[in-house]
Amino acid sequence: MPWTRDQLAERAAKELQDGFYVNLGIGIPTLVANYIPAGMTVTLQSENGMLGMGPFPYAGEEDADLINAGKQTITELDETSYFSSADSFAMIRGGHINLSILGAMEVAENGDIANWMIPGKLVKGMGGAMDLVAGVKRVVVVMEHANKHGQSKVLKACTLPLTGTRVVERIITDLCVFDVKKDGSGLELIELAPGVALDEVEAKTEAAFTVSPALKTAA
Amino acid sequence: MQKVYPDARAALEGVLFDGMTVMSGGFGLCGIPENLILAIRDAGTRGLTVISNNAGVDDFGLGLLLQTRQIAKMVSSYVGENKEFERQYLAGELELEFNPQGTLAERIRAGGAGIPAFFTATGVGTLVAEGKEVREFDGRQYVMETGLKADLSIVKAWKGDARGNLMFRKTARNFNPMMATAGAVCIAEVEEIVPVGSLGADQIHTPGIYVDRIVQSTFEKRIEQRTVRQKEHA
Repeated sequence: MPWTRDQLAERAAKELQDGFYVNLGIGIPTLVANYIPAGMTVTLQSENGMLGMGPFPYAGEEDADLINAGKQTITELDETSYFSSADSFAMIRGGHINLSILGAMEVAENGDIANWMIPGKLVKGMGGAMDLVAGVKRVVVVMEHANKHGQSKVLKACTLPLTGTRVVERIITDLCVFDVKKDGSGLELIELAPGVALDEVEAKTEAAFTVSPALKTAA
Repeated sequence: MQKVYPDARAALEGVLFDGMTVMSGGFGLCGIPENLILAIRDAGTRGLTVISNNAGVDDFGLGLLLQTRQIAKMVSSYVGENKEFERQYLAGELELEFNPQGTLAERIRAGGAGIPAFFTATGVGTLVAEGKEVREFDGRQYVMETGLKADLSIVKAWKGDARGNLMFRKTARNFNPMMATAGAVCIAEVEEIVPVGSLGADQIHTPGIYVDRIVQSTFEKRIEQRTVRQKEHA
């Protein structure tokens, strides 16, 4: 069975390491916060100007001055700090954030990512996505393998306007996990979701990929 | 020197003109100078270029200036929460310039700091870099972005004093500190004007040199996405 949204988030949480400063995108990436392993210190950054993001507030305790980048009410923690948008993106652009987990419309085998604009449709803007993919040390994409028309979102080359070029290092889909090889030689399949066969991934992936000798099926 | 004004309308007197560029602080509806926006609406100033991360919602924040067609151009990073914005943009009535959020923040910071341009890796190889100078430093490509200034910046702070010193609260800080530095005139609206000396010199986020006028207002502080969790039962 392919991974569900929550299972995808749980799989993505394995990318976390103790001491990491992490920025999570909107959608499935936000759910990753629910799967931070006990005993692991992970500090979440919100690009509107906060490090150390806490959970949603209890009803009646919402504070209009305390929101995340998705404009949702949140809470602070003992370790929380606040700063301006310029400081926030200095942190991001300057390579101080360890990991960015974000969604995508398309990812290409060279690590290109498109996730902000569909020509001919209303464009809402890129927000902080271009800064995140260009500046954060490691970029991991979490997304459905295919779009709603059943077409592969893992491509030889992106067709949509790009968010960043050669920036994605790992792609986690509901079917499998690919690494984007650092030498530019393309994708390597490293993991299959439980019950997903290699042929299914081959059939549903437009990009070329090699299969890791250590390919494993997730438990 | 008198920086304190009795209300938002009075604070704007003499600084508004048609076709001007205005920077407006805030992220979403958080930390926006809501009363100064209302006062600009009431003043009827037209043809505005507004630099702001977002464009408010239909009936609050900058959305109010869209309703009255006072905005000719927006410079923003994300405008997804505003139907009237969408309508005017698709009808060709409104010009729009998207900037990546960090690039927008840094352009404003640079503008206020006397830096005419800078290089960033953000947006290289994308539509954002088209027509801009790209240069290589240490083997990586960077695109040149220019500093931004405005005729007027309107910002929102938590507390301020008669000398214009400001303190922000939580994530309501966002774009406000940089915008305060980048306006030819900066007007701050605050929840409370406190006696000079009571903010604590080490706690001041924006020194008063950047703030020309200050006004105490009451705020609605609307919440855009009210998200809560359930209390765990013991």
